[in-house]
Amino acid sequence: MLKDQDRIFQNLYNDLGSDLASSQKRGDWVNTKEITDKGRDWIINEIKDSQLRGRGGAGFPTGLKWSFAPKEVGSRPHYLVINGDESEPGTCKDRDILRFEPHKLIEGCLIASYAVQAHVCYIYIRGEYFVDGQKLQAAIDEAYEKKLIGKNSAGTGWDLDIYIHYGAGAYICGEETALLESIEGNKGQPRLKPPFPALIGLYGCPTIINNVETIAVVPTILRRGGKWFASLGREKNTGTKIFCISGNVNNPCNVEEEMNIPLKELIEVHAGGVVGGWDNLQAVIPGGSSMPLIPKDKCETLTMDFDSLAAEKSGLGTAGVVVINKDQDIIKCMARIARFYKHESCGQCTPCREGSGWMWRMLERMARGEASKDEIDMLGDVTKQIEGHTICAFGEGSSWPVQGLLRHFKDEIKKRNNFDPIVKESQNIPYLVDQHLLDKNA
Amino acid sequence: MSLKRPAKDQPQSFEFNSSSLDAANKIISQYPKEKKQSAVMALLYIAQKQNNNWIPLVAMKYVAKFLDMPYIKVYEVATFYSMFNLSPVGKYFVQVCTTTPCMIRGANKLIEACKEKISKHQSELSTDKNCSWVEVECLGACVTAPMMQINNDYYEDLDKEKTLEILDKILKDETPKSGSYRGRINNEPENNRKTLMELKNA
Repeated sequence: MLKDQDRIFQNLYNDLGSDLASSQKRGDWVNTKEITDKGRDWIINEIKDSQLRGRGGAGFPTGLKWSFAPKEVGSRPHYLVINGDESEPGTCKDRDILRFEPHKLIEGCLIASYAVQAHVCYIYIRGEYFVDGQKLQAAIDEAYEKKLIGKNSAGTGWDLDIYIHYGAGAYICGEETALLESIEGNKGQPRLKPPFPALIGLYGCPTIINNVETIAVVPTILRRGGKWFASLGREKNTGTKIFCISGNVNNPCNVEEEMNIPLKELIEVHAGGVVGGWDNLQAVIPGGSSMPLIPKDKCETLTMDFDSLAAEKSGLGTAGVVVINKDQDIIKCMARIARFYKHESCGQCTPCREGSGWMWRMLERMARGEASKDEIDMLGDVTKQIEGHTICAFGEGSSWPVQGLLRHFKDEIKKRNNFDPIVKESQNIPYLVDQHLLDKNA
Repeated sequence: MSLKRPAKDQPQSFEFNSSSLDAANKIISQYPKEKKQSAVMALLYIAQKQNNNWIPLVAMKYVAKFLDMPYIKVYEVATFYSMFNLSPVGKYFVQVCTTTPCMIRGANKLIEACKEKISKHQSELSTDKNCSWVEVECLGACVTAPMMQINNDYYEDLDKEKTLEILDKILKDETPKSGSYRGRINNEPENNRKTLMELKNA
């Protein structure tokens, strides 16, 4: 287990209070100037050395992302945008940072803004987190009052304004370009990339977008050194991570742990075990609803980091661990996730807009045992038509969980949906134009 | 995409009162001068708050004028985002999360409670027109599932009985206490904490 002194979020459960004075006791805002005095290149290199990867789901190396910002500020100002739209089912880590460790985030905003030369930072918070957003606003107000941000922030000589922008209940706004559209006052529909936001982002200006947790760990990394952070976890999967363990466990909780922690330890030690005992475990969704589930036999030895989960054809995502035990109907669980994606599709790309509804309706029928044999393969085909054929990664996010179900629980679906189709036409389905590309064994 | 329809009965006029006006001007000042349109979501929230939790069409027109943008652009935004209510929802607007993490911990019991206490169908006002409920997607409090949101506040770690108690309160026009209803502190593992123990005991 990670030692307590290596936990970055000491106030994860709000034992100490989230106000400025208590935060300073925990080490926030102590000599921020010393950090910025070392210069942009040092900051970016230190973050690169720490091998910090984005905590919002995609796991992109943060230092590398910052280095994409133009070196010189041209006619267009730079922006820093913090993504706090946290809407991935199974994930509730950013909320705790917003309400209990706001000063870690604000200080991180200052350092990151300095590193990418932004004078304005927008923090995008999902509209439902209004109360938590108000707590962050109070912390921002306090920071302004103590001159930690604003003109000559914390004595660093850097001017920074931080504003909160509330979302309004659209999951898709967690996608970085949709989030920018939303800040610009449009509906949140993702943009084509390239151009990447680092060059053409908010209002057409260079914009760096990071997750709340990513930015909140930055000050601690710079204080304790990139080497310290890199010494936790394993190569390319370093540091600590807040895991959210929900579902059928005895003590669902948020906990900060080392990367690469065994899944079994997370569940058994921190979350008090599976309801009904470990043998009652059916499957685990390891990284928020977009990530394919992992069946029980693999959960025994699985470790939780980006690369080892990718090797299991799943992913760490946001580290929202949803535990599903044998009392649950796994097809129903996945059908509900498919309904989520059907509801949240922004409607811009046809494969996703239509396909997410198809997947939901097919899964609902499969849960009731009303689907015919051939529809199981058809469902796999639909997921393949969506994946990779949309502007943003929502297409993957909606089809991967269904593919995971088909990969690991096909027998269960077959057992329940075992009758022959009324119209027998196993080949040459006219609406599938590129059948030859489909992987039959997916 | 969810289907949203503006209410049939629409008021004839709308304008910001003085506190809304102040709030709106403050928000607009947060964005670059020529990018006033960025404030549209915040202004719709302000209109919604002023107008008893819902946004009439005249308010959208008012916001459009306020921000020098086409009415249809405001309409587009108001219909895209699920948190803008286009018809009356009552003083207490109950949103129950039923996405998988809540579902497997019994969110359907919360729905039953809402059906018993508030109205038979979702998005339907209670008999006193003070309250309504709706099923929503993940509210981001999965660790304290099942949960629901009433106006801005989260009510967590619920079961049917506790939900009924909460709903009884709002039907009597009282605001119940928010947070966990099993008495746990925030998102800590209940009675099973293994980390940061020194701080807990401090």
